[in-house]
Amino acid sequence: MSKLKTLYQSSLGKKYIMALTGLGLFAFVIIHMLGNLQIFLGPDPINSYAEFLKSKPALLWTARIGLLAIAALHITSAIQLIMINRRARPVDYSTDKIVAASFAARTIIVSGLIILMFVIYHLLHFTFGAVDPKFLRYEDYLGRHDVYRMMVEGFSNPFASAFYIVSMGLLCLHLTHGVSSTFQSLGLKSRAYVAAIDRLASISAGVIFLGNCAIPVAVLAGLVK
Amino acid sequence: MNLTLKVWRQKDASSSGRFVEYEARNIIEEMSFLEMLDVVNEELVAKGEDPIAFDHDCREGICGTCGIVIDGSPHGPWDATTTCQLHMRAFKSGDVITIEPWRAKAFPVIRDLIVDRSAFDRIIQAGGFISVSTGGAPDGNAIPVSKDDADMAMDAAQCIGCGACVAACKNASAMLFVSAKVSHLGLLPQGEVEQDRRVLNMVRAMDAEGFGNCTNIGSCEAVCPKEISVDFIGRMNRDYRRALLRNE
Repeated sequence: MSKLKTLYQSSLGKKYIMALTGLGLFAFVIIHMLGNLQIFLGPDPINSYAEFLKSKPALLWTARIGLLAIAALHITSAIQLIMINRRARPVDYSTDKIVAASFAARTIIVSGLIILMFVIYHLLHFTFGAVDPKFLRYEDYLGRHDVYRMMVEGFSNPFASAFYIVSMGLLCLHLTHGVSSTFQSLGLKSRAYVAAIDRLASISAGVIFLGNCAIPVAVLAGLVK
Repeated sequence: MNLTLKVWRQKDASSSGRFVEYEARNIIEEMSFLEMLDVVNEELVAKGEDPIAFDHDCREGICGTCGIVIDGSPHGPWDATTTCQLHMRAFKSGDVITIEPWRAKAFPVIRDLIVDRSAFDRIIQAGGFISVSTGGAPDGNAIPVSKDDADMAMDAAQCIGCGACVAACKNASAMLFVSAKVSHLGLLPQGEVEQDRRVLNMVRAMDAEGFGNCTNIGSCEAVCPKEISVDFIGRMNRDYRRALLRNE
C-alpha cells in the first residue's frame, strides 16, 4: 500500500498513471477502429460482431467499467498535474517565447478537452441513442441490432460527420505527443529508440485518423449505404 | 553599439518588482553580456543609483552561477552558452533587450535578477552524493567502467546546476537537473549501489520544493548551456520505477 501511496503522490508516479491509462485508451481506440472498419465488409459482419459483444454481458460490462475507470484516472491525473504545474510557475515572462515545444505538445490540454466532449457526444449518439432514439431500434433481417444502418444514417448528417472528422484530427494530434510521451514517462525511451518511437507515434496517430475518417467519408460519398 | 535594456528591478523577496528602462551606451561587441551590465552598473553607481543585481562567479561558463532570461530565453539567444559566455556580437546597435530573472515558485527572486536556488542544494542533499569510506585514494582503474557508461555519466555530469531548465520549462520542472544528477552518479559502479535510495529521495525532495512536472516538450534541453539531453529524464523515469518496485 505504501508503494501505491508513494506512486500516487509523486510527480513521476502521476506520470506513470498518465502513461499507463493513455496506453489503455490507445489500445481501445485501435480495437474500436478495427471493429468499426468491418462496415466496409457489408452489414452482416459488423452486425454479428455487435451481436457477439452484446452476447457476453460480463465481458462487455467489465470492459466498459474498466474503460470508464481508465478514462477517469487519465483525466484526474491530468487535472492534478496541470494544477501542480500552474502553481510551479506563478509569474510568467514578459515575452511569451516558445522554445522547442511542438504544436501537439502545447495544445495537448485543448485537444484532450475537445476529445472528451466528442466522446460524450459519440456515446449519446450511438450507445445511448440520445441524439436519435430510433437508432437503437433498427433491426436487420435476423432481428439483430442493425449497427450498419445506424452508422450509415448517423454519418449521413454532415454536421455529425464533420464533428467526428475534426475530433479524429485532434485525437491524431493528441496521440503524436501522447504516444511518444508514454514511452518517455515510463522510461522506455532510451537514446537508441528515440527516432523509432517518435515515428511509431506519428504513424499510429495517422493510421487511426485515416482509418476512422474513412467511415464518415465513405458514407458521405455514398460508397457505403 | 547603443542598446535599450528593459530590466526587472525588485528590491527584495517581499517587494513587487517592475521593469525599468536603461540605455547601454558605447558597448563593444567583444564584451560579454555581464560585462555590458557592468558598464551599465558603473554608470548607475556614478549617478548614485542602485546597480542592477545579478549572479555571477567564474565568468567562463563552468560554475553555473550566472543566469538571466534574455528576450524570453534563459541564457539568451546562443545555443549551449551560459549568460557570461554570451557576447554582445549576438546583438546589434538599437536593439531593445528584455532582461528578467528565472521564474519559478521554487526559485524566489531575492533581488533584481538574482533568484534563490537553494532548492537545488536541498535536492542534492537528499541523495546527490556517493557515500564512501575515507582513507587512502583508491587505485586508478581498480573498478572497471565501460566506455559507454563513462561517456554517458560524463554527459550527465556536465550539468552545472544553473537552473536554466527550470526557467525554460513552462511547468518550472526541475526534472532535467535531477535526472542529470541521478544518472551521472547511478551510471558509475561507485554510485550504483545507492541508486534506488538516491532516486526515490531526490524525486521526493524535488516534489517537496514545488517544482512542476515534465510534459515532455523539450524546452529544457533546448536552452541547457551544457546540452543535457531529455534522455536522462527517461532514464530517471526508469530508475524511479525500478526503485519503487524494489523498495519501500
